[in-house]
Amino acid sequence: MKILVTVKEVATVEDEFEIEGTEIASQYLGADLNEWDDYAIEEAVQLQEDGIADEVVTVTIGPEECEQTIRQALAKGADRAVRVWDDSLEGVDLLDVNAKTEILSGVVEAEDPDLVLTGVQAGDDSFAATGVSLAEEIGAQWGAVVNHLEHEFDDDLASVRRELEGGVEELTEIELPAVLTIQTGINEPRYASLRGIRQAQRKELDVQTLADLGVDESAIDAELTLTDMYEPESESDVTIWEGSAEETAAELGDLLRDKGVAP
Amino acid sequence: MTDVLAITEHRRGELRDVSYEIITAGRQLADETGGDLHLAVISGTVDEFAEKLNRDGVEAIHTVSYGEEFNHDVYTQAITQLYDELAPQYVLAPNSVNGLDYAPAVANALDLPVVTDTIDLETDGETLIATREMYGGKVETTNELEGEAVATIRSTEWPQSDGTGDASIEAFDADIDEDAIGSSVNGFEEVAGGDVDISEADVLVSVGRGIEEEDNIPLIEDLAEALGATVSSSRPIVDNGWLPKNRQVGQSGKVVTPDVYIAIGISGAVQHVAGMKGSDTIVAINTDPNAPIMDIADYAIHDDLFDVVPALTEEFQ
Ligand SMILES: Cc1cc2nc3c(=O)[nH]c(=O)nc-3n(C[C@H](O)[C@H](O)[C@H](O)COP(=O)(O)OP(=O)(O)OC[C@H]3O[C@@H](n4cnc5c(N)ncnc54)[C@H](O)[C@@H]3O)c2cc1C
Repeated sequence: MKILVTVKEVATVEDEFEIEGTEIASQYLGADLNEWDDYAIEEAVQLQEDGIADEVVTVTIGPEECEQTIRQALAKGADRAVRVWDDSLEGVDLLDVNAKTEILSGVVEAEDPDLVLTGVQAGDDSFAATGVSLAEEIGAQWGAVVNHLEHEFDDDLASVRRELEGGVEELTEIELPAVLTIQTGINEPRYASLRGIRQAQRKELDVQTLADLGVDESAIDAELTLTDMYEPESESDVTIWEGSAEETAAELGDLLRDKGVAP
Repeated sequence: MTDVLAITEHRRGELRDVSYEIITAGRQLADETGGDLHLAVISGTVDEFAEKLNRDGVEAIHTVSYGEEFNHDVYTQAITQLYDELAPQYVLAPNSVNGLDYAPAVANALDLPVVTDTIDLETDGETLIATREMYGGKVETTNELEGEAVATIRSTEWPQSDGTGDASIEAFDADIDEDAIGSSVNGFEEVAGGDVDISEADVLVSVGRGIEEEDNIPLIEDLAEALGATVSSSRPIVDNGWLPKNRQVGQSGKVVTPDVYIAIGISGAVQHVAGMKGSDTIVAINTDPNAPIMDIADYAIHDDLFDVVPALTEEFQ
């Protein structure tokens, strides 16, 4: 079985930041492997260790700078990586779900995986929609918000648990090929070993353009345009206690005693 | 005129609250240009559900009787067929776990753009202006979509509709292709049981990723013991196996309403806030003055939990 895992480098924001137009000013931004994708990578690597997957390939849409993040996934055990980038993607403010779907479906066509694992959502734009949209596009089955996957695929079925609201899980069987969006808690993502990090340097990282994938440039014309970004208005009149830790702790202590909820 | 098709949600025989919220959101959007609001209710006891959904401002309720519980293939087929029949401008779905399991597929099948987790929607009949958050709630954005679109709405952002309506209730004869159904739901399981019920606690000392390591959890347990409070947590703490599942507060954990909720090293992501915003008094201890939890906190300490928590424990020992 071949598994394709989508890996995104997400932007992280410092505690204090400024907004310029429809972006956070770049000096306040960092970069990290998307939390949910980390769990998807781990699940794929475990499937390989269990002798079920023959190959784990990652796919990332992003510029050269994100190769650091891709190497992290390779260091954890993915076999090789595909990175899609192109001049036409350079100036795009926000890649919407449709654009990602088009690009990723081009990669699926080339790789023909039996299983695609994506994170439930990306920590930066948090659309939480690309996996399911991709499944529809490529004519595969899917399951959103999967927090358990049985590692036997009897009768070409994936037995999963989907995590619903309020501590309820749904037990579902999904035909392969399928796209599963992976929720945190499904496993314990590993840290890359030193050996893994060294090996990752030698693994294949293949860069593809839209043209290579047969994706028309017009496919990424965003249908959704970001028009404004601002800090949300605070809903509460928060009282901020200032001072040393002893002083602020004393304020909180008084509140708890006033409310009669602490001795 | 902007017609809206809003999809309702139920589980194990009960309509979920977001079904009444989506009526409000849909009505608001349709009102902006004088359009109609259509509801769809798919699977389960649809006639019974339709009665309950017949609230003020709904023009028509389309029932699709097929199967008992949610199945995304049935939903996707039924909604795309309803769309072809009704030609609404917007399809609204809940931004629930199930909404996210079909709305993107519906959008892609219909070749429409999709915008998820919206907290406000506006239209002039041409352009949909959707408000949503990014970066875990640190910023809010507005987004424009031209023409028809699919949008999912965040729960509890719109009030629940009330008032009895006089909608027409029509059975929609969806042509469900059984061969295209590639998944089956075999049951449900409650997973957050156990000895402690955090939803009963008067005071919750709740710990988040700011605690950094499992070895630091006793810091929080000591505080809880000194206060006679109960320990709860955000999701990563449970994902890491540092506390059992029954301690998780939030959308996929428990909803809690204590007198005092002390959020320690918790950023206040929407899925966490969904479980604790009904707390009487919310206190946040966080080094980040811009953490989203500050927007709902009543009291805040912008400081290192490793300094504040031991000092507080000492006060009560
Ligand atoms: C479908 C779905 C369902 C989910 N369900 C839930 C749910 O039920 N419950 C839930 O909680 N989450 C849920 N999540 C996850 C949620 O999106 C967040 O990832 C999670 O709530 C973040 O937890 P956190 O606040 O502890 O961690 P973070 O977001 O990492 O925040 C840590 C905070 O600690 C602060 N901090 C760091 N160091 C210190 C220090 N020394 N002193 C003081 N403060 C410090 C930081 O400033 C930061 O604000 C769900 C996500 C999805 C996609």
